Amino acid sequence: MRPLVNVAPIEMKKNWWKILAVALVLYAIIGGFLINVPALPILHETIRNLYYHVTMWFAMIIILLVSLICSIMYLATSNVKYDHIATEAASVGLFLGLLGIATGMLWAQFTWGSWWVNDAKLNGAAISVLIYLAYFVLRGSLEDVEKRARVSAVYNIFAYVMMLVFIMVLPRMTDSLHPGNGGNPGFSNYDLDNNMRKVFYPAILGWTLLGVWIMNIRVRLRKLQMENLEN
Amino acid sequence: MKTLKIYALIALLLMFFQTAMAQATEKVEMADIMHQNGKIYVVVGVLVIIFLGIVGYLISIDRKLFKLEKELKTKD
Repeated sequence: MRPLVNVAPIEMKKNWWKILAVALVLYAIIGGFLINVPALPILHETIRNLYYHVTMWFAMIIILLVSLICSIMYLATSNVKYDHIATEAASVGLFLGLLGIATGMLWAQFTWGSWWVNDAKLNGAAISVLIYLAYFVLRGSLEDVEKRARVSAVYNIFAYVMMLVFIMVLPRMTDSLHPGNGGNPGFSNYDLDNNMRKVFYPAILGWTLLGVWIMNIRVRLRKLQMENLEN
Repeated sequence: MKTLKIYALIALLLMFFQTAMAQATEKVEMADIMHQNGKIYVVVGVLVIIFLGIVGYLISIDRKLFKLEKELKTKD
């Protein structure tokens, strides 16, 4: 029997984490809707968005940390492979941030009655997305490969610190509508000690690994494009 | 007379406490009906299908890259 698809051999040793990523996100989707959640006023079933909106933000912070570390490694070693990873990790992180804002806006509309509020956490998240967009604008403005890698690596360090300040530090210091900031109890205070933890933490790992897979594909594509240009 | 007034005040306040308790035990609307009539599985099914479709796309891109990388390796 001729095989229907030309199957390239898949090495399990190198790709197990991709299967884990898919399994964990599937678990977050299926368990996220079927496992019991606390019945809280105002939130009702939207509390399930915790498994997606919040976990994606966590995944973004982890992946942007990878980007930061690679930027620092590039500055230390001048090995261009670190620049590839730093760029694509920032790209995936930005994508996760945009998804986080979109899911947050939808959640806000149905719980706060408005797509956007003039709030420290929301504005901080929007500013962080702009900061990382500016990273790519900066890269686009420099033609020389080494200079671009070096300048954007330095910018990346500031970008990460500012992102943490804008979305973690400042919102906790002022009035905010967002859970976990401005004197509101975070979800962990009264919900996360039960069933929800079982889906929440695996979901964070799942989204992170999925983000790493997308980053891995983009890095490999980049390398191929660079080699193609050299030949 | 003074103690009677204090008892009366406490009795009055306890009556309000009674209604406050009623607030806490009010039922919060959840999607129990969807769980009962099984329609929740449609929601889950749709999302799983979409997600697996996207994963399939990712896998196909991954495979194409793998083949390209192999070709380049064998060229050198």
